[in-house]
Amino acid sequence: MLAIDIQKALHGSQGQMSLDVKLNIKQGEFVVLMGESGSGKTTLLRVLAGLEKSRGSVSVEGKVWENVPPQQRSIGFVFQDYALFENMSVEENLLFVNHDKALATKLLELTALSALATRNVQSLSGGQKQRVSLCRAMMNKPKLLLMDEPLSALDTKMREQLQIEIAILHKEFGTTTIMVSHDGASSYALADRIIVLDQGKIIRDGHKDSVLKKEQKTVYSLQN
Amino acid sequence: MDFAPFILSFKLAGLTTLILFMIALPFAWWLSQTDSKSKPVLEAITALPIVLPPSVLGFYILVVLSPNSAVGGFFEDVFGVKLVFSFVGLVVASCFYSLPFMVQPLQSGFESLNKHMLEASYLAGKSKLQTIWHVALPNMKPALITALIITFAHTVGEFGVVLMVGGSIPNETKVASVAIYEMVEVLEYGKAHIYSGIMVAMSFVVLLLVYIFNHKQKKVGIL
Repeated sequence: MLAIDIQKALHGSQGQMSLDVKLNIKQGEFVVLMGESGSGKTTLLRVLAGLEKSRGSVSVEGKVWENVPPQQRSIGFVFQDYALFENMSVEENLLFVNHDKALATKLLELTALSALATRNVQSLSGGQKQRVSLCRAMMNKPKLLLMDEPLSALDTKMREQLQIEIAILHKEFGTTTIMVSHDGASSYALADRIIVLDQGKIIRDGHKDSVLKKEQKTVYSLQN
Repeated sequence: MDFAPFILSFKLAGLTTLILFMIALPFAWWLSQTDSKSKPVLEAITALPIVLPPSVLGFYILVVLSPNSAVGGFFEDVFGVKLVFSFVGLVVASCFYSLPFMVQPLQSGFESLNKHMLEASYLAGKSKLQTIWHVALPNMKPALITALIITFAHTVGEFGVVLMVGGSIPNETKVASVAIYEMVEVLEYGKAHIYSGIMVAMSFVVLLLVYIFNHKQKKVGIL
């Protein structure tokens, strides 16, 4: 289980605000984090990954992550801009994380990338790059997989395909997954639970059906 | 034809480049990653050798390295090494003189890298050193090559600092630039022409290779 209780001062879209998040996430749960730009979603992921400091605590299965550097958290992280190692081939990107050739082969097969294994990552399309990024994130068999808008830069067809692959990997590896997303459809398809952040605070949290229904009502009332 | 001054110039430039690379790499990395308030101060100090007259730099280095100073005295007493009018002294002086030419390209190379790429390496369990070596440096080859070659070439081309700190001792401190100066002083224009011609040709070829390499790298990046 993942227990988060953090506070951090942020420069948000509407000036100074404070990220103040307290929540528990069950082992194996798929959580989608929604909210407007600047509401603190990415910062929350970065704090969990150890890339940014905050007050409060994060504990994983009873162990508190205090001053644990990102190197020791064995977290899988998928960046919005892929952030692949551009000097390496597809396979080298995976093996750099963990020299487990069998696992790399398996991941590339699961995401239909086997044919591209030796290609330099700079020559790939956006969708292919994001799949490599996803495979790379799985290479240290993370207990916690964090994804920062992995689908946002892709076209609809590519998005649907990657969505399926994310679901397969989440199940296959039994990870606890937190994904930031703007897109209602893919959030609904993937999530068990949806959390909505606004100005650094949780304003909705629950099963995807109930949260998305409320979100739609809000949008509807705003439009009218 | 005596080529000793050229060999000395290259030996000096090679050693300076090697030492500066080891010093400047962690320093440039730190500068590229820090938000420290002391950063502009350190950047300004690093850039000083670009704007100072070589005689000013040479004067201070001479004062600090002389056996009468604490540093020079220490080296002479403890290691028995004379730092002025010696090859070792020239290496020390060259390291100060060429410092910005190593630090600045490396720093801007590090700064141009995608920050997320470095973070992905940390999340993959890699230390900062592993990240610099396996991820950062291979992804900034033009900056790396520029830093190494320009430092080397700039050291070959130094004159004022070398003359002040090293004098002109054959096979010890008489580098190519100093040799040319002396030839002109005694009106040996023929020799000076040959030496100068060699310097121009070599410098041009080195710079040309750097530009060709960087141009090719940019093309690869676009594809």
